[in-house]
Amino acid sequence: MNEIIKMSATTLAEKIKNKDLTSVEVTQAFINRAKEVDPKIKAYISITEEYALKQAKESDKKIASGKEIGQLEGVPIAIKDNILIENIKMTASSKILENYVAPYDATVIEKLKSSGAVFIGKTNLDEFAMGSSTENSAFFTTRNPWNTEHIPGGSSGGSASAVSAMTAPLALGTDTGGSIRQPASCCGIVGVKPTYGRVSRFGAVAFASSLDQIGPMSKTVEDSALLLNVIAGYDKKDSTSIDVAVPNYLDTIKQDIKGLKIGLPKEYFIDGLDSDVKKSINEAIEIYKKLGAEIIEISLPHTDYAVAIYYIICCSEASANLARYDGVRYGFRAECDNLLDEYQKSRGQGFGPEVKRRIMLGTYALSAGYYDAYYGKAQKVRTLIKQDFENAFKTVDLILTPSSPTPAFKIGEKSSDPLQMYLSDIFTISCNLAAIPGMSIPCGFSQKGIPIGMQLLAKNFDEQTMFKSAYSYQQSTNWHKQFPNI
Amino acid sequence: MNNKYEVVIGLEVHSQIKTETKVFCNCSTDFHSQPNTNICPVCTGQPGVLPVLNKKAVELLVKTAIALDCNINKKSVFARKQYFYPDLPKNYQISQYELPFAEHGNLNISVDDQIKNIGITRIHLEEDAGKLLHDIGARQLDCSLADYNRTGIPLMEIVSEPDMRSPQEAAAYLTALKNLIEYIETSDCNMEEGKFRCDANISIRPVGQKEFGTKAELKNMNTISGVEEALTYEVQRQIEVVENGGKIIQETRTWDPDEKITKSMRSKENAHDYRYFPDPDLVPVNLDDNFINDIKANIPELPEKRKQRLIQEYGLTEYDANVIISDKALVNYYETAVNSASKETENTAKPIANWLTTELLGKLNNAKLTIKESPVKAEYLGQLVALISKDTISGKIAKIVFEEMFNTNKDPQTIIKEKGLVQISDENEIIKICQEAIDESPKIVAEYKGGKERAVVAIVGLVMKKSRGKANPQMVNKILIDLLKK
Repeated sequence: MNEIIKMSATTLAEKIKNKDLTSVEVTQAFINRAKEVDPKIKAYISITEEYALKQAKESDKKIASGKEIGQLEGVPIAIKDNILIENIKMTASSKILENYVAPYDATVIEKLKSSGAVFIGKTNLDEFAMGSSTENSAFFTTRNPWNTEHIPGGSSGGSASAVSAMTAPLALGTDTGGSIRQPASCCGIVGVKPTYGRVSRFGAVAFASSLDQIGPMSKTVEDSALLLNVIAGYDKKDSTSIDVAVPNYLDTIKQDIKGLKIGLPKEYFIDGLDSDVKKSINEAIEIYKKLGAEIIEISLPHTDYAVAIYYIICCSEASANLARYDGVRYGFRAECDNLLDEYQKSRGQGFGPEVKRRIMLGTYALSAGYYDAYYGKAQKVRTLIKQDFENAFKTVDLILTPSSPTPAFKIGEKSSDPLQMYLSDIFTISCNLAAIPGMSIPCGFSQKGIPIGMQLLAKNFDEQTMFKSAYSYQQSTNWHKQFPNI
Repeated sequence: MNNKYEVVIGLEVHSQIKTETKVFCNCSTDFHSQPNTNICPVCTGQPGVLPVLNKKAVELLVKTAIALDCNINKKSVFARKQYFYPDLPKNYQISQYELPFAEHGNLNISVDDQIKNIGITRIHLEEDAGKLLHDIGARQLDCSLADYNRTGIPLMEIVSEPDMRSPQEAAAYLTALKNLIEYIETSDCNMEEGKFRCDANISIRPVGQKEFGTKAELKNMNTISGVEEALTYEVQRQIEVVENGGKIIQETRTWDPDEKITKSMRSKENAHDYRYFPDPDLVPVNLDDNFINDIKANIPELPEKRKQRLIQEYGLTEYDANVIISDKALVNYYETAVNSASKETENTAKPIANWLTTELLGKLNNAKLTIKESPVKAEYLGQLVALISKDTISGKIAKIVFEEMFNTNKDPQTIIKEKGLVQISDENEIIKICQEAIDESPKIVAEYKGGKERAVVAIVGLVMKKSRGKANPQMVNKILIDLLKK
């Protein structure tokens, strides 16, 4: 195996900068790896080889000429296929956008371009990011590199699988209710959902606007911090992005965590929790104790309502956000001789069953006579959940939970039962409702060898505490140094 | 109209706000551009785009709201109004539902010299939709063409209270509103270009009944007189329905300006459920006192105030002042003319008002021109009246000069010079002409001397003929009598 593909993005950036490696060498190594293993795991919808090599050559030229270079100069990155790169196909894993070519760059893509990153491909996802397994992709299901019979998690399953299988050192995902953290947990990598408003949403296909956030995925905590350095910041094109100064996340990452107060919400350590997951989390808690953290039991009393209100809010917003896909201006169109048929058939044939289910749920929840009982009520409960976290963070600096109640399940195991599927997000969705930052880091394996992740949650805009806690943990463990045998 | 019934009318006006760029993107608002040239990913509803509020649109809306004596809400919120139509790229319109920018205003109208105060319920900001083309000239297309240039142009929707009691009052309200908006220049109010559009809610009830009757909503009225015609028709229709023992049904009806009838579009059962909910892509807008006070300080003189000033400063009658202030362009024309004349001489304000309201408006009307298109410049009309006032030309000559000014766009001095129309006020010359006339009219002179004093009129006529109308008539009269008495 080529050693390059095992290197962290931080190392690659360093070596490319110092001319120990060229970007073309590095990019080619990952493309070769992708060509070799991606047929087995199907993480990518498209591998943009030509585009990537062109970018890599430009980076090499820049470095050779001694020009100023970016933080990710020459380093490959995989992009979830619901984020727009100008002139590259962007499908959102939906038939309705199968042949859609992006007419502009997302803000995160602009930032990555100016940091010198190389776009190696677009990764698979559940259609419009709705799902927890990539089984809802209109094209194919991505496999978990640790066991190809298992799901990689979702919706950013392609990105998680690509990083885990070493076909990319970095990836971008989007997280609406756990879509970065849950697949990161499933595939044994790091995934970060930044504070809502930390990263511009401009150019990420909207699923639920008040919850969506773009974030980094990588093997190491350091790499995610580096990637967040590049993509974070206020964007005037996104009115919900927040104008708060972005610290250099790498500056504080190595600080020790002695005396850090870590809360364990009792509502998250429930009876149904998988025993392997429970064991790994308990071991992680012991490590944190050894690192000098103080472990405190806390309560987040409204946790029980989170799944219900999450599905009301995300479906309501999605029902409006997805209305634009009608075949009139772009995307799939079922040619009919009248307008109503055309709408119904274009959307009927263009959307998959889960997307239709959510559009219908959301449409119902917003309908006259139901609004107050559903959407209105959900917003009120959302406020209570936010307050739960505000109260908790009065006594603790960080909250630790499992990322998902079980390790990655088998493909097909839950696809016939949407409610079971929805429950795999049970630990991740409150974070989006509360707008706070959260991340998943690998913390063990199940007896069958499937990765297990733990979730760290921090105060609004306190990604630094989260990163340094995760980094300390990784320095004391070797989970992130394991590679799947694929 | 039937005396048994009282008519109740409320109006919803959509007025395009005069901004350079659209309300949620940077595209131009130019009306005359080629189809689909003022468009971008945002206003065509591409995946991943986000709206960014144009502050100028808010400023101009608030200015309008202040001129209409509204309360400005310190906090306002955008909402999504959802319906599918090909002219609406997102299939929802960003509008306002709860918490519009302004509420509770009022506007004075005058009908038959009676002043009446009409309540304004609210003013909210929303984006315009695009335009669909189903035929080109007489040629029916077998498809529909969509032009998205208009999509996203800011609109202020001004909703009145159901305070109008006749179609005439509705027309007067629209005239007054349009005039006010033109005064403060927050919209072009060009109805032909669709920049000022009106829907009407109309119902009838037996005189004395407190509850409102069932209303019909009328659409597709493109002129103020069209609104009046449509409402007049609709009143008659509703009365006939009721008189024939029928019931008015709540429905939307469209005005057919060719057939001059209203036709049912859709009934209440088929009414849209717009599923409004707060737009999660836009944060609530908080207007501070400074912002509101700055706009207040810059409100120009409004029609009512200007009218009072015209009466006091120039001694105009209420009637003339009303005519002149009914159009901002007209009152500006008037004051320009007065200023121009006052450089030459005094006491021209009232004669200018006469010339303007009778001569010029009459001619413009016949030529189907607006005051802005007048071939007679305001300065020139002022100069013309000054020339009369200084006795340079007679009123009679002035009419000839005015006719020439209207046809040639030239200034009065040039015309007078070219045509040799300067009034003869030289005493010796007039004596000479008068003597000639006396010498040529022995019969009339004899009659005069025989006591028939009116006979002098015939000699005056002869003098004017000889002088080609240029002799100063007052001087001619005096000199003739002097000569005849010798």
